[in-house]
Amino acid sequence: MMPDADLLDATFFALADPTRRAILARLATGKASVGELTEPFEMSQPAISKHLKVLERAGLVSVDQDGTRRLRRLETAPLDAATDWIARYRDLWESQFRRLDAVLDQLKAARRSD
Amino acid sequence: MVTLPETAQVSLPGDTRVSVKRAFRAPRELVWEAYTTPELMRRWLTGYPGWTMTVCEMDVRAGGTFRWRWRGDADGKEFGFHGEYLEVDAPARLHNTEAFDPGDVGGSMGAEPALITVTFEEHDGATVMTTLIEYDSRASRDEAVATGMTDGMEWSYKNLDRTLAERQKG
Repeated sequence: MMPDADLLDATFFALADPTRRAILARLATGKASVGELTEPFEMSQPAISKHLKVLERAGLVSVDQDGTRRLRRLETAPLDAATDWIARYRDLWESQFRRLDAVLDQLKAARRSD
Repeated sequence: MVTLPETAQVSLPGDTRVSVKRAFRAPRELVWEAYTTPELMRRWLTGYPGWTMTVCEMDVRAGGTFRWRWRGDADGKEFGFHGEYLEVDAPARLHNTEAFDPGDVGGSMGAEPALITVTFEEHDGATVMTTLIEYDSRASRDEAVATGMTDGMEWSYKNLDRTLAERQKG
């Protein structure tokens, strides 16, 4: 059981682009339509829609039907999974580095007593 | 003033790389010694709890090779890494290839060996060790990081499975 590698790959790919990160930052403040998301960028609506598709595939954005309006909404679960993934990797290194700390303490002590 | 990373910092600088940075309270000659002497390496590069480092051979000079292997205490499964030192500049920098041997544990870290650059920088008696790992593709990088955490996770999931099974019985 490990996090779905394809989904993580999609998450990191989605996050690798500054426009997509800006879209996520905007959605973090609340739901928005494609039109509203297009406004701050010097980009066409189809270009923004393309970015939204990538974000949707990564599960970072979902669509809410609000009457006749389709609003995009931020989904945080994949971000949590991605952060968790890095955190576990870091913990593995850190646990080894703590043992290295102990080895270094012994080397220092041995050097002092020489 | 330099802010020292007191605990390991992991970042993904670019699509194919992983960087791990950590400060040690020792001069860099000692950190270098602990990083390049097999008997010392064996004592800290032990992997996850429940794993034993069974092989640690290192011929640290340009053109020299290394071979590391671990065995799971419970099931005897093995995996390892091996590679070649491309540049050795003691006590400042090591540059080597590193290939993952999945043994009977499984997982992948790409078809091509990764390129590792370890730098040791001393600041006021402390040493910042930075390991930059470059994979052959983004997919390999992501697989490698995922593989690096699999064992620990499987271990905890096994415990969870056992706990759940016991509960259902009771």
